[in-house]
Order: sequence, then structure tokens, then C-alpha cells
Amino acid sequence: MSKFKQKSKGGAPKINTSSMPDIIFMLLFFFMVTTVMRDVELKIKLRLPQDISEAKKIEKKSLVSYIYVGEPKPQFQKIFGTEPRIQLNDAFAKLSDIQAFIEKERAARPESDIPFLTTSLKVDVNTKMGIITDIKQELRKANALKINYSSRNKPKM
Amino acid sequence: MAKRGIPEINAGSMADIAFLLLIFFLVATTMDVDSGLMRRLPPWIDEKTEKPPEVKKRNVFTVLINANNQLLVQNEWGDIRQLRKKAKEFIENPKDDPNMPEKKIKDIPFFGKYPVSEQVISLQNDRGTKYEMYLKVQNELVAAYNELRNELALKKFGKEYSKLSQAQQEAINMIYPQRISEAEPKNIGGKK
Repeated sequence: MSKFKQKSKGGAPKINTSSMPDIIFMLLFFFMVTTVMRDVELKIKLRLPQDISEAKKIEKKSLVSYIYVGEPKPQFQKIFGTEPRIQLNDAFAKLSDIQAFIEKERAARPESDIPFLTTSLKVDVNTKMGIITDIKQELRKANALKINYSSRNKPKM
Repeated sequence: MAKRGIPEINAGSMADIAFLLLIFFLVATTMDVDSGLMRRLPPWIDEKTEKPPEVKKRNVFTVLINANNQLLVQNEWGDIRQLRKKAKEFIENPKDDPNMPEKKIKDIPFFGKYPVSEQVISLQNDRGTKYEMYLKVQNELVAAYNELRNELALKKFGKEYSKLSQAQQEAINMIYPQRISEAEPKNIGGKK
């Protein structure tokens, strides 16, 4: 009988968890390498256009400044209304702020990089072209001529 | 003096620390790749002192988009699905149609003397046009150029355009230069 006694005593066997940190670290490094830091908190509803077949991947993210355009999110609609608005960095902005914004972006980068600066327009699909045209005119005045209409699809390799 | 080993460090909480870091990175970062349609704006001209160069009517391919997101291609009601085909036909002008752009013989590296069409695509939209529609039209026009370039690259070099050397790409760009001109938008569609 004593042969079987020990077995019934055992209960669930303990799982060795000593390699758990290694697994988690592996995951951690994977995410650290594949992702980028979230740069701004969006204050607008943003649904980027899809199925843009000729879209290209932006190679150097450090040379890109972003202009967001879209309808303010519900919590901001009381103050800013429902008309599409421009967001620069973390705040809503006026059209006249764009030139100053571009100047600031330029000042933050080495002079040799300035000709390669790109402005990425992240615009909600439901926006009307009126405001986009105004932004484009401001960008022309600021001599920021390289622009990128941001889209959502995966670029061709 | 008895040799004492290094005391073992309790690594039980290591997993928790790693988890904490992992969750921080999951929340604070994004994975999406930035992609989009690259375009170049024309430089700002203060006053319209210079007259724009005269362009013959047969050389211009007009695309209009109204406030209801409808297309008018060469004065005909158009469909976005046919826009690419129409634009390609216009740019290439394979049959030397007198209503389509004229060609000038130019000296081009790799190709020698080659007839280059004098095409210009003119795009005009309304202030009420939806951004999505505008971008789709832009995309179709850029795609028309890219397809033509690709076809020529395959015919001449037997390789895709993207795999050509820079000099070869430039030669093809000289044959099919991307000329998309955007006119000032109209405001016929009423309110912004």
C-alpha cells in the first residue's frame, strides 16, 4: 500500500517559472524595436484615407513635421465646435500659426537637413478641401514644398 | 576561512519588473508605419506678375472635381475607375491623335531620339470637395504616370522601374515627366 501513498499526496506539480522573466524580456525587446513612441495626443477624429496604391513609406521620420486636420473629438466640441480644425503638436491652431510652426520645426533641425524636411498632412477623410487648400497656401508661403498626404494602407515593399 | 559562495539574489520579482516595462512600452508606443502620397507644391509667387507660359489646349488634360465629388474629365462626365486609363492614354498618345498632346523629338540617354509628349494634367477642385475624393483622384493620376514608367522600363530594360539604376530612372522620367498642375480651387459649391 505504501507504494501508492506518496502519489496521492503530491497535488498539482509546481511549474518552473524561472524562465518567465526571459520570455517577458524577449517580448519587451520585440516591442521596443518594432514600435515608435507616440508623439502627440490626438484631439481630432482622424480616419486616414485608405487604398492609396501609390503611397510610399516615409523613410526618415526625424525629418517629418505633422499637421493634423479633422473634426474635434466630442470632449472638445463644446469649445471648438464641429468644423474641422488644425492641430499642431498638442494644441489646436489657427491657419496663421502654420508658418511659425514650420519655422520652429526648421530651427530644431540641423541646417543641412532643412531642404529634406517633409510636411505630412494627416487629414480626416470627411474634411472639405477648403481648409486643405488654405493650409497648402500657407505651406507655399513658408516655402515648405515637400508634402505628404498621409494614408492608412500598407506601403508596397 | 571557509569559502562562501556569492549569495543568491532572489529573482522572483524579475518577471514582474519585466512585465511592468512591457506594459509601459505597449501603451506608450505605436506600431503604425507612416505612409502617404508624396507631392511637391509649386513655390509661392507673390504677385501674378509673370504670365504663366502658354499651353496649347490639346496638351492639357483637365480634371475637375465639384463639391458633390463628381468628376469632369476633358469636359465629359467621368468615373474615377476609368480615370487612370484615360490619363494613361492621354499622356502616352500612342496613335498621335491630333486632340492629344503633341510630341517633340528629344535626345534622351539610353533611348536616343525619342518623341516626348508635351502633356500637362490640370486638376481643379472645389472648396467643398471631400478630401478623400481629392486624394483618390491624385492617386489615380500619379498611378497613371507610374504605370507608364513601369511599362517603358519593362519594354526597354526588362526590369521594373523601381529596380533600375538612378540614371535609367532619370531617363524614363524625362520621357514621362510628372506634370500635375493644380489650379486655385473654386467656391461654387457654396459654404465651406
